[in-house]
Amino acid sequence: MAVEHKLSIFRGYLTFKSITQKIWGVLIFLSIVTLIEVVLGIFKPQVLMNTFLGMKLLNWIFIILTIIKAYYIAWDFMHLRDERRNFTSSIVLPLLILIPYLVFILLIEADYIYDVMTDGFVSWNF
Amino acid sequence: MDATLTNQSENENIWGGGNKPLNASYGKMMMWFFIVSDALTFSGFLAAYGFSRFKYIDSWPIADEVFNHFPFLHGVDAPMYYVALMTFVLIFSSVTMVLAVDAGHHMKKNKVAFYMLLTVVGGAVFLGSQAWEWKNFINGQYGAVETKGGQILQFVSADTGKRVNLSSFAASIPTDRAQHQSKNGVWYVTESTLPTYSLDEVKAGFLANDQLLIKTQQNDEQGHKIVLNREVSINKISQAVHVVEGANLIRNEYGSPLFGNFFFFITGFHGFHVFTGVLINLIIFFNVVIGTYEKRGHYEMVEKVGLYWHFVDLVWVFVFTFFYLV
Repeated sequence: MAVEHKLSIFRGYLTFKSITQKIWGVLIFLSIVTLIEVVLGIFKPQVLMNTFLGMKLLNWIFIILTIIKAYYIAWDFMHLRDERRNFTSSIVLPLLILIPYLVFILLIEADYIYDVMTDGFVSWNF
Repeated sequence: MDATLTNQSENENIWGGGNKPLNASYGKMMMWFFIVSDALTFSGFLAAYGFSRFKYIDSWPIADEVFNHFPFLHGVDAPMYYVALMTFVLIFSSVTMVLAVDAGHHMKKNKVAFYMLLTVVGGAVFLGSQAWEWKNFINGQYGAVETKGGQILQFVSADTGKRVNLSSFAASIPTDRAQHQSKNGVWYVTESTLPTYSLDEVKAGFLANDQLLIKTQQNDEQGHKIVLNREVSINKISQAVHVVEGANLIRNEYGSPLFGNFFFFITGFHGFHVFTGVLINLIIFFNVVIGTYEKRGHYEMVEKVGLYWHFVDLVWVFVFTFFYLV
């Protein structure tokens, strides 16, 4: 059962000789990203504490790095890179549409409730 | 593989049945669509967690102050290291899973079995780590009190700013108060375990010790918890109604009850996925060993459970970010 594998990652910048090599390469990449996250999480550089779009810059970095990790797990470990494009789309598109939509609604609503609790007449800190 | 369409008649037949239009077998596709629905479930949970965080944006517990244990390092403040280790364990077991799938493509039975076994071991190590994490979370370390309004008040030393254990200052006031058990009274009335120190003991100990201050749930502009001065602290302790040690579903010593609830629910639900993943991997491992897939001629089952296992890893990457980093 011969399966074709695409052996390039980073848009063809890095090409591996075999699938096994690619797996170890992706593992090293994921480990480096996790390490960056942990180091940032421990030291928390003051520069990244500024707020951007309602969230600290550091948190934006964490979330972006997480999505990068998720991409490489799905594309290389779960072999989405080797699937047909329409199959990949039918898996990824529903998630890409529904999750940001849900998150957007819930976070906006939560922010509103926070405002009500801060400025409203009800005392909850006693 | 994309270049299978050569002429018009083949194009008409491609959805006519008898072949795989998306170049994936039925089982593999259904595993993928299960994963999509499960991913939506997890995003629902994590979005709800985000909702609670934004609702309590200025009083949510700080993860580094809650998860700061590391095995064999007692009393050492070691935030993040342990959970980073757990992440590596899970990513590594994901790698052994891909290696098993790859060995399956080459029909190497012994290699598949070996890598499947390593994956099972990795999953078991992760589950054990998760249990240890839960144990620390449930037992707590310092203890706190809760006010009538549900606010958690923690105790810190005025000199060091570090949290202080209830046992190091609570006064000793002998009392007859015992846990009510259903066998001693009305059979349908029962009571949860009493805290080690009564509220009066904690209050008396706090008033007697000038070096103690109260740390509130609220954050200042820098995101640190606000520590009250001595006069306000003395005023605040009089509002306490409960002694809280560790965490349960009703209250926890770290802050908002929702923090504990979401921690138990989301990591619990993920841990349950890991547990079922380990079970399924074990079944597939035995099937490999007795040669089921060798006889079948392909190792696609390994690929399918592999997808599930990677998904569990994928979810953990997000849980790690939202519970420990952000």
